[in-house]
Amino acid sequence: MLDGPIKILVPTGSLGAGASEAEVRYGIAQGAHAIATDAGSTDSGAAYLALGISKNNRGSVKRDLTILMQAARAAGIPLIIGSSGQAGGDRNLDWTRDIVLEVAGEQGWAPKIALLYCEQEKSVLKRYNADGKVRPLPPLGPLDDATIDACDHIVAVMGAEPYIAALEAGADIILGGRTTDTAVLASYALWKGVAAGPAWHAAKIAECGGQCAVNRLEGAGVLISIGQDGFEVEPLALSNRCDPHSVSAHMLYENSNPFLLTEPGGILDVTEALYRQVSDRSVKVTGSVWQPQPYTVKLEGAGSRKFQTVMLIGIQDPQVLSQVDLFHDRMLAALYDRVHKTIGAAAGDFHISLRMYGWNAVSGDRPPPGTPAPREIGVLFVATADSQEMASQIAKACNPYFFHFPIVLDGELPSYGFAFTPADIDRGPVYEFLLNHVVELDDPMELVRTVWIDMSEGEKA
Amino acid sequence: MMPTVKDVCRHVRSKNAGPFWVTFDLFFDGPENFQAYHNHPALGPDLFHRLFGADPALVRYYPVPGLNMLKISHARTSPQGGVVERDMHCGQQYVRLMDVELE
Repeated sequence: MLDGPIKILVPTGSLGAGASEAEVRYGIAQGAHAIATDAGSTDSGAAYLALGISKNNRGSVKRDLTILMQAARAAGIPLIIGSSGQAGGDRNLDWTRDIVLEVAGEQGWAPKIALLYCEQEKSVLKRYNADGKVRPLPPLGPLDDATIDACDHIVAVMGAEPYIAALEAGADIILGGRTTDTAVLASYALWKGVAAGPAWHAAKIAECGGQCAVNRLEGAGVLISIGQDGFEVEPLALSNRCDPHSVSAHMLYENSNPFLLTEPGGILDVTEALYRQVSDRSVKVTGSVWQPQPYTVKLEGAGSRKFQTVMLIGIQDPQVLSQVDLFHDRMLAALYDRVHKTIGAAAGDFHISLRMYGWNAVSGDRPPPGTPAPREIGVLFVATADSQEMASQIAKACNPYFFHFPIVLDGELPSYGFAFTPADIDRGPVYEFLLNHVVELDDPMELVRTVWIDMSEGEKA
Repeated sequence: MMPTVKDVCRHVRSKNAGPFWVTFDLFFDGPENFQAYHNHPALGPDLFHRLFGADPALVRYYPVPGLNMLKISHARTSPQGGVVERDMHCGQQYVRLMDVELE
């Protein structure tokens, strides 16, 4: 039996976002049993998985790790990090591992580190797919081998079990590849045998750190105290507070369904959850239910099939600004015509888009008649083609028309405001998520590889 | 004057819900407005088809009476970061809902 609630210190919404020493000190003083945070998500796009890079700079991640490792070591509690290096692929995880080793060296600490890898070989996934164990999630359809082959990197998003196994084996620090945000934060409490409903719900509420507090700009982290009948949440910044509205509203965030959250091995159902204020700064939540389900993990795969080259001009010409849509349509037709005439069939399956910043670039829709003319607009030219070289050739072919295209046909040719020379910028591949599928597993550890580094002994598998 | 979404909501936001879905949160200004408008036909699937090109069969509605809010999620017409991406995190998509008239 547990003596009391399990307390998890969630220092920040994402590793590298800026943990606070004072907040971490407060959480430790409250009796935190573990420090847990995720270090990424899919939210910033597919490039980070496809390239195996973090969106954060190294210094910001190292700064947070320095604070958290120092606190975890001093308190003698585990530090649990998921979705390492933004996307949680093997390269993202190794990047984070190297920073952890560097910080440990600087601190004169030799921790026992568990690395949880979840990147997948294409041949393995093809086998699961052939065995009928892969299911699509809407809006995508059944998976085919060509789509698997089009991915540069594929991860199988982990649940709590690999973390629980690493805790059981005595890890001081766990660095996980891609994991559901909630599993990272729930793992310690689940290991200690806390009821699954409160553990998963607390983790969902704390996944973005201080975002579930009343003042979202004040402070970075929260403390969750998870018991058998429910959990309490309070911000780590003493000047901030949680209230029932701020906490319950967070269940809505970045979530397509506000009541049901599908996780590996079950569904968190908060339909009947009750939120009440129990102190000035903390809220207690009861009524969260965990419904066990057959074990599935989600696949995330990123790859690129197209390349882009961009150009940017600024326009203040009042004649253009008084008829932006007409200008857009005429110029776009002229650019396509120019590519057909100068490159022809060799251009392949290409696409040109003109984004009229200051007019309708974000939506692409048509402003209603009578919309006042803007003072100036920026026009972003985006050429997309099957190779970088072709995208670049298309931009170069379009350059004179993009630069000089007149709205008044009998006048002198205008020259719009380029910002750079050369005017065309090869932007690189178009990275996309190509998978939205789940795999059914018999064993939660099936697609996970755990590597241990005991710094007092050296690395072993 | 016919009320618009911005007249009856105190806060409206939009965000990606994974790379393939976008979600809109409409926080109504009090329980009366929630009751009067959260089921309004002007907010039906056709609206999301007209404004965003969404497949009406993939528009989902989740009223949350306890918060006087309505969550609407639909499948993105183009996955995040694709060739025609204009709003990577969908954080600006809510703006086009603000002037929808609720007669």
